[in-house]
Amino acid sequence: MIAQNIFFYLLAALIVGSALAVVTTRNVVRSALYLVVVFAGVVGQYLLLAAEFVAVTQILVYIGAIMVLMLFGIMLTRARIGRDVQLTHDHWWIGLVTAVALVVVMGYALIDKFGDDALPRDTRIETVAGSNSATVSDALFSQFLIPFEVVSVLLLAALVGAIVLARKDRA
Amino acid sequence: MLNQFLLLGAALFCIGVYGVLARRNAVMVLMSIELILNAVNINLITFGAYHGDIVGAVFALFVIAVAAAEVGVGLAIVLIIYRNRHSVDFDDVDAMRG
Repeated sequence: MIAQNIFFYLLAALIVGSALAVVTTRNVVRSALYLVVVFAGVVGQYLLLAAEFVAVTQILVYIGAIMVLMLFGIMLTRARIGRDVQLTHDHWWIGLVTAVALVVVMGYALIDKFGDDALPRDTRIETVAGSNSATVSDALFSQFLIPFEVVSVLLLAALVGAIVLARKDRA
Repeated sequence: MLNQFLLLGAALFCIGVYGVLARRNAVMVLMSIELILNAVNINLITFGAYHGDIVGAVFALFVIAVAAAEVGVGLAIVLIIYRNRHSVDFDDVDAMRG
């Protein structure tokens, strides 16, 4: 448990620091790269919680696909990269007040309810063939089959929608 | 130990909320939305490990898939806004303001 605690705090510091850099830095490309660091830290947290399949999926989908998409978006929208670019609203302090109030309320509620609970020492998940991927796929294709098919249709709709939206008008 | 994971999720969520409210560039707003979704995923997987249930991980997979779809369509919309106005500054998108 000591090693888990140490790594948790290291990764949490990395995640929170990089997330703050994402929302405060002046350079759009650096913001995207800090977001990659956030995702990598979150992958470490998933591994600490013994969710290996989701960790690898996060690497493949979030870092490998979504971040590449964001970088393409930055490139195609000709985001101005420089030192004098205004990237924050004039009324950014409203956002700060909202976020601080939200974290105080959520933190109080979490500490109040879950202050003394501890994660079990060993994962009690009923594994299939001792493998996390097998357990996830077992649940995905038996208990969650309908949401799985619906997500497939959703991805198809998003794909078709994005292509239709982004193509050049022929009129 | 459970509390630390949940507080990390809460902190990441609030940083994402600040990013959505305060940033002007459209792609940066989308990146802040990704921060929010990651915070939710941390929460789901933490509770999955706490209750010994695989449902947390399965739901997190669905969240990742929906996030991918949303980023695709969101960036397509941002591209159209850029094509029409040659800027992705959200302060200029105020045609519906009263």
